[in-house]
Amino acid sequence: MSENTISITPELVADHGLKPDEYEKIVELIGREPTITELGIFSAMWNEHCSYKSSKKWLRTLPTEGPQVVQGPGENAGVVDIGDGMVVVFKMESHNHPSFIEPYQGAATGVGGILRDVFTMGARPIAALNALRFGEPEYEKTRHLVSGVVSGIGGYGNAFGVPTVGGEVEFHRRYNTNILVNAMAVGIARADEIFYAKASGVGNPVVYLGSKTGRDGVGGATMASAEFDDAIDEKRPTVQVGDPFAEKLLLEACLELMATDAVIAIQDMGAAGLTCSAVEMGAKGDLGIKLNLNAVPVREERMTGYEMMLSESQERMLMVLKPGREEIATAIFEKWGLDFAVIGETTDTLRFEVIKDGEVLADLPIKELGDEAPEYDRPWMTPEPLPPLEPLDPPADLNGVLLKLLGSPDLASRRWVYEQYDHYILGNTLVGPGGDAAVVRLSGTDKALAVSVDVTPRYCEADPLEGAKQAVAECFRNICAVGAKPLAATDNLNFGNPERPEIMGQFVRAIEGVGAACKALDMPIVSGNVSLYNETNGRGILPTPAIGGVGLLPSGKTHTTIAFKETGDAILVIGGATLGHLGQSSYLREILDREDGPPPPVDVEIERKAGDFVRREIGAGRVSACHDISDGGLGIALAEMAIAGNKGAICDLDFPDLSPFEALFGEDQARYVVTCAPSRVESLTRDADEQGLATTWLGTVGGEELTIGRSVAISVKELRGAHESWFPRYMKSA
Amino acid sequence: MRAGVIRFPGTNRESDMAYALELATGRAPDMLWYTDRDIPQLDLLVLPGGFSYGDYLRAGAIAARAPIMRAVRDHAAQGRLVLGVCNGFQILTEAGLLPGALIRNASLTFVCRIQALKVATSKTPFTGGLAVGDVLKVPLAHHDGNYTADADLLASLEDNDQIVFQYCDIDGTVTVPANPNGSTSSIAGIVNERRNVLGLMPHPENRVDNAQGGTDGFRLFESIAHRVAA
Repeated sequence: MSENTISITPELVADHGLKPDEYEKIVELIGREPTITELGIFSAMWNEHCSYKSSKKWLRTLPTEGPQVVQGPGENAGVVDIGDGMVVVFKMESHNHPSFIEPYQGAATGVGGILRDVFTMGARPIAALNALRFGEPEYEKTRHLVSGVVSGIGGYGNAFGVPTVGGEVEFHRRYNTNILVNAMAVGIARADEIFYAKASGVGNPVVYLGSKTGRDGVGGATMASAEFDDAIDEKRPTVQVGDPFAEKLLLEACLELMATDAVIAIQDMGAAGLTCSAVEMGAKGDLGIKLNLNAVPVREERMTGYEMMLSESQERMLMVLKPGREEIATAIFEKWGLDFAVIGETTDTLRFEVIKDGEVLADLPIKELGDEAPEYDRPWMTPEPLPPLEPLDPPADLNGVLLKLLGSPDLASRRWVYEQYDHYILGNTLVGPGGDAAVVRLSGTDKALAVSVDVTPRYCEADPLEGAKQAVAECFRNICAVGAKPLAATDNLNFGNPERPEIMGQFVRAIEGVGAACKALDMPIVSGNVSLYNETNGRGILPTPAIGGVGLLPSGKTHTTIAFKETGDAILVIGGATLGHLGQSSYLREILDREDGPPPPVDVEIERKAGDFVRREIGAGRVSACHDISDGGLGIALAEMAIAGNKGAICDLDFPDLSPFEALFGEDQARYVVTCAPSRVESLTRDADEQGLATTWLGTVGGEELTIGRSVAISVKELRGAHESWFPRYMKSA
Repeated sequence: MRAGVIRFPGTNRESDMAYALELATGRAPDMLWYTDRDIPQLDLLVLPGGFSYGDYLRAGAIAARAPIMRAVRDHAAQGRLVLGVCNGFQILTEAGLLPGALIRNASLTFVCRIQALKVATSKTPFTGGLAVGDVLKVPLAHHDGNYTADADLLASLEDNDQIVFQYCDIDGTVTVPANPNGSTSSIAGIVNERRNVLGLMPHPENRVDNAQGGTDGFRLFESIAHRVAA
């Protein structure tokens, strides 16, 4: 029986995640009832995940341009100039819903998808990062999810052969049933060898390359555009299965083919696979595409056209080749043992035609599939600001507080996680996980890139505008703290259900914050991803706009790290004022079990000045160690520097208006701890003062103990014990 | 010294290895392809790290049957040097060129960290430039590095001085906590009886210049290059 005989009922429309008015628009657009395949194609193109229908209006307000930007949002990944004819290509993308349902494969294919986005543009991936958020440690599924996601990320990246150099892992009950898996990939290419999705020329072959098509992932993009409910286990078949070996072959084959000048356009098959990739290549090139599904390599029997068009089988590419170059392509694909087939051609009809067994399954206007996708200006409300925190009573035992914070789920060492990721492969990792930004040198040059992913969701929950600014500011700081100049960023905007005005309000304000900070700090957004409907039974996640930043070091030799180095070095705090801001702090959450008050405000001008200053000092070799102050405040920063350097310090807390716990655990922004030779303190202080930056001398590196004023004295060994023990102990205590 | 590096589908540390070899020998190695049947006369053949064939079936099992392995056997039979690192070590055991087997880490998880290795013998053409008891700190990164030998094999490895590297703590003491994968006798690397085929799990090729955090790995390549040149 032909697929075309299936008639479209309201239930079928609803099952495809389309609203009745959206369906009416489809009928109006094509002038008839769609076939089932056409309905599937529309559902793939018009769901939230692919169409950005709730977010588009706001995404347009983000700063995306700058002299360094070669390609902003709208392609597979952003492209940024790093000089000498080289570009860096990067993007971050979520795989949240699949990772909750099947953590290993969900996370693995998230990594695979983002790597593919980068090498589709002709870039060789050189680094991977991720931002992970799980439910509270006590929640029954959390341990299982952490274990599965971490091994999935490692399993894919390690076999593919890219170093996973950094990221974030945090826990909060609001992610109990909606974990976040955001994966970022960074690649390098020559500026004149970048490839795009835009097809050109009529009658050119459309070539399918890579793994065979199966039924896995059918409807995945639609799933990612809906809330979860209690029937979630039924969704498992929509999660794809990753094959990093196939992807490694695909990488090498694509780069080898791209070097031959045979490729006109290329697009990876990600969400909604064949549908999205084919429509995008045609629509961008003002061309029609005609596909013959009988030529598609399949690995299951009796697949319908509908299933082929919506399959999300992994490790597949679609490309348009120059006529007459099929032989070159064939030789390369055979060398790498990859399946390929000519499955269609470009046309001048501006139609998207899908044919199987001689029957037309779909015949749609190709431009309108993307351009006419619904766009909503959803109602939103500004969240109420929280009242300032009442003064807190000082704790009795500061040693105990510092140790407890250092060993708390969000601040403990992530060694258990990153030791499952190969972070040395390719031999270019100068600074790996566990510091501020990671630093990766560029083979054959003196240059290096600094990369970091950041956001503090509890700040965003309390104040989406300031919280989002802080995410950008922290990313900027982490990059400056290793001595690099931030160049650009990618954003992964994870929120709840946008149909609720309070969630939409979080989204709108967060975009405003990201935009304002990126503009002020000259970090345009060049790529990104929106993940909405991170909600279960009506309860959303914390708003989580993760920011992935990339910076450039003119010489990898001048970077610095967080570790205390020389005994006798002076320790200073440089940057914004230390005011003891405890609203939404780690101290409040971990020690007092409260999440109250406004988050620390972000002054982007001070951030910029402090970052520029620190970077210049590192570049000139005048600073021996540097660490940004973020979660947990100055106390945690000092402890981490001591642990990393295996050296203690003797410090004073010369903040006359603050009690010691406020100075140690306040999370005021725009601050760095730096160390330098004692002879440089005076000039460093003077130079900082000239820039309008605050400098406070804290003390001296040395000994086996971290001593801070009269209230803290802990051996480095004990600090390390507290810091390192939580994660392995938690994961073992199943 | 003239070296060759073999690429199998899924090999991913070939450029790291080529970089280390070029640094140590002053000459870029020949890059060889797994289907090659005729290869040039080389002093050293290297099987680098990676996930040949995705580690499907068993790590190294499919690559051990690739066409180029005949040339590897011939090369070894002539007494010339073969080095297998990580997946290369797994391939050599699967091919029967080295005894024993590499099974899943005792932790059951992938492990990547800087690891101290104790040089257990300098009586090999690879480690002649190192001293017994020297400690090399190099990265390791593997899921199936748990070297396993039964009592008879272990006895013969010991009797024949075939254990080349052992996992140790930073002071050079071989301890159970310092063993990252549960391997028999903390074995990290062995040679064959003829002493011209070396396999090891860690990655000395990722610690060959100071920017990588140290040059302990370079010492092994320097030792090999020196021996071959001599």
